[in-house]
Amino acid sequence: MGDPAVQNDAAVEAKVVDEGIDRGVEALTPERIESVINQVFEKETGARLQAYVETCVHCGLCSEACHFYLSNDKDPKFSPVGKVKQTIWEMVKRKGRVDADFIRNAVEVAHTQCNLCKRCAMYCPFGIDIAYLMLVVRRICHKLGVTPLYIQDTVNSHSVTMNQMWVKEDEWIDTLQWQEEEGRDEIPDLRIPVEKEGADIMYSVIAPEPKFQAGLIYQAAVLMNVAGMNWTMPATPGWDNSDMAMYTGDNEIMARVKRSHFETARRLRVNKIVMGECGHAFRSIYDMGNRQLGWKMPPIPVQHAIDFYDELLREGKIRIARKFEKSVTLHDPCNIVRGRGLHEKSRSVVRAMCDNFIEMHPNREHNYCCAAGGGVINCGPPYKQKRMAGNRVKAEQLAATKAEVLIAPCHNCHSGLEDIIHHYKLDMEVKFILDILYECMEKPE
Amino acid sequence: MSTMTDWDFDPGEKVISMKEWKERYEWVEDPQVSPDGENVAAVVNLGNGEFTVCNNGEAWESPCEKIWCLRFSPDGRLTAIVCQEMEWTMSVDGTFWDSRFDFLWNTRFSDDGAHIAAAWQNDLTYGMTLDDVSWETGYSNMSGMCLSPEGGKTAAVVQTIGLNEGEIFKFAEGAYTAALNGKTWPRNFMNVWDIAFSSNSEHIAAEVRLDRTTYTIAVDGETWKQRYDCVWTPKFHPSEHKVVAPVRVAGAWTLAENGVLIWKNRYLQLWQTLYSPCGKHIAAIVSPAYGKWTMAKDDQPWNNRFGEMVSDPVFSPNGDRLAVSVKDNGKWTLAVNDQVWGQWFNRVWGPVFSPDGRYVASRVESDGKFTCAVNGKAWEKTYDFCLDPVFSPDGDRLLVRAFKDGAYYRIVIPTTQIAG
Ligand code: SF4
Ligand code: SF4
Repeated sequence: MGDPAVQNDAAVEAKVVDEGIDRGVEALTPERIESVINQVFEKETGARLQAYVETCVHCGLCSEACHFYLSNDKDPKFSPVGKVKQTIWEMVKRKGRVDADFIRNAVEVAHTQCNLCKRCAMYCPFGIDIAYLMLVVRRICHKLGVTPLYIQDTVNSHSVTMNQMWVKEDEWIDTLQWQEEEGRDEIPDLRIPVEKEGADIMYSVIAPEPKFQAGLIYQAAVLMNVAGMNWTMPATPGWDNSDMAMYTGDNEIMARVKRSHFETARRLRVNKIVMGECGHAFRSIYDMGNRQLGWKMPPIPVQHAIDFYDELLREGKIRIARKFEKSVTLHDPCNIVRGRGLHEKSRSVVRAMCDNFIEMHPNREHNYCCAAGGGVINCGPPYKQKRMAGNRVKAEQLAATKAEVLIAPCHNCHSGLEDIIHHYKLDMEVKFILDILYECMEKPE
Repeated sequence: MSTMTDWDFDPGEKVISMKEWKERYEWVEDPQVSPDGENVAAVVNLGNGEFTVCNNGEAWESPCEKIWCLRFSPDGRLTAIVCQEMEWTMSVDGTFWDSRFDFLWNTRFSDDGAHIAAAWQNDLTYGMTLDDVSWETGYSNMSGMCLSPEGGKTAAVVQTIGLNEGEIFKFAEGAYTAALNGKTWPRNFMNVWDIAFSSNSEHIAAEVRLDRTTYTIAVDGETWKQRYDCVWTPKFHPSEHKVVAPVRVAGAWTLAENGVLIWKNRYLQLWQTLYSPCGKHIAAIVSPAYGKWTMAKDDQPWNNRFGEMVSDPVFSPNGDRLAVSVKDNGKWTLAVNDQVWGQWFNRVWGPVFSPDGRYVASRVESDGKFTCAVNGKAWEKTYDFCLDPVFSPDGDRLLVRAFKDGAYYRIVIPTTQIAG
């Protein structure tokens, strides 16, 4: 372990080929661009956009907050305000009269150079929320039919299946049955109660779990069984809590997917939804998706996994049998730390499991984003090099801890940080909290 | 087959202990109760990877590798989806359908329980089966399966054009449509959702998306002329050939009938439209202001507003009363014709009207204890769990189906014992 080994190279500057953008841009006309931009400004953004645009004094204090700016040698075009200048300001200033090339650049900036992490909002003296402004750009691009291909495909999956990975209805149920069977080798009476109406908890996950990481469902089932929870998982669409439509500005599909999730919980008459370790899904259920539908707060209470683990440990429903031996550090996912303040709870869980916990710096609400969030990793391989180059500061932050294990309690962070570790040749293993909790908790003999 | 008039509504209590089941089997899964409350059944583990169903203490004969989705039909037959030698089928009272599938799910019953449908997957193609007769054509994917109310027809959203990963432009051209009894509409859409049947089962309607931002309603494959920012589930009039649906116009929701806006008010949200049984009234859950929810009947919002959720709206059989479950400040109760019950609960289930509409009841839970409540009053007897209450045809008796200390209880009481 040591300093990050790879320097960023010319690949960063190379022109990206993305059919979703290229073909979308080809179909644009100046009239359409102008009308869509003005329609969004007049009908959707209202006073908030106006206030942000009028308040910003171009002081650049937000720059030092952004990992893209810091990692790209303080290139002003990667600063938060630099991204605004390249996108929304021009649209406002020119009253929507921007050309297709402008849109091409704007979609790339808003979708792949901003993680909507909201770190900069803490550094702006006026609290200007650049993430919101980038979302407005994405919304405009969505309406113009110009969205990166990979993430649009994911939104298409949401629209058809109500999950993000084209998981078919039978595949989902089959996965639950399969994980229950696997689990019985370890705990002979282990159950994954499907469609148990009136249970206390509906456990919800994101679609990569049944698709690639079914072991996480198994581990969660063990946790629920050992803790004696009265829980269930649905056999219908609505089981997936994830939401890439939130990140493409397709607010209608975001709303539809969230409605399906909450109505599934209501149909099962549970007291609460406990969700797995995911950050963006939390933002969607707890903030953006519910509010798009008119629910100020989630209509069925939502508990993030970190809060749930902390509660189980505090109440003695789960006990640690042996401590995790390797040294660990902890990543603070933006959506559940800046978005929900779960950082002390995650530390209390980590300390309960691990003797050798090393903080990375900065941390808690000041932590650097993983650069995968905000739908950026979901824009796919064309942007991977940029994503790696855009988060050298994260690699430096990780390397400085010299920890053997990086705990990342969020799916996007997990994948994004694995990429960072690989790219910068850091010798670290990434784990979810549940991986370690499952390993260290007391289980029946 | 039993009809409600045959059910035992004599006041009294019948108890079926399930403790002995727990001794007999490796484990007993979540029990299911028949509509008339006479039977309690569960999937049970025989050991050695074998499962069966135990119904009132009697086990089905043939053990299976897997059993799930145990459900009583409205006419009291016990169904389960079962797997033997890696093939799935439906078991009805322990007798298997002839057909075998690679997977079977989503059991659906007609209103009277006479017909049973389910979704299947064979060799990665998808379709529906109705009473063991399958669609002739399979599709590459299927969702939103439904069975017509009288049980003669099945419908689902199907994918008719193959899509590889990332084919977003092909997707935009439309790969999905609705299929009725396996036969597709003549055209495809970008998306199709939430199929509704007409009450005579002759027609279907659904929400469709024409491009990324354009939505409308399609009836039997023909779209309304009007286009909207978004739409929710359509509903057919109970007797006339009319369809209503919530539609979003210029950023606000209202109600449209056959494409024409029929409600004047605009709402922040509007969904779960329902007609009164005679078709005279239309109601819907609405949000008149951000974070405020209520019911609107014929475009008249109730005065009461609820901060968290409104769900399960239902008209009384004569259409005079409208009941709904509501949530405010973390607690649930019922509201009937804009009158909110005085007592709030940790959870309530959907409202159940007596056939004459005099009473409205619900299953309720507080502090982990379950019981039934009628006209705002909760029964003082509580249980570990209970099911939705059922009224006798004259409404004078109430059937309570409940569990306590490992036993199932079938209790009939005079409705006035709770309602006063
Ligand atoms: S990535 Fe984060 S810090 Fe940078 S501009 Fe976007 S929201 Fe601000
Ligand atoms: S810190 Fe705030 S006011 Fe200054 S440039 Fe950034 S967004 Fe504008």
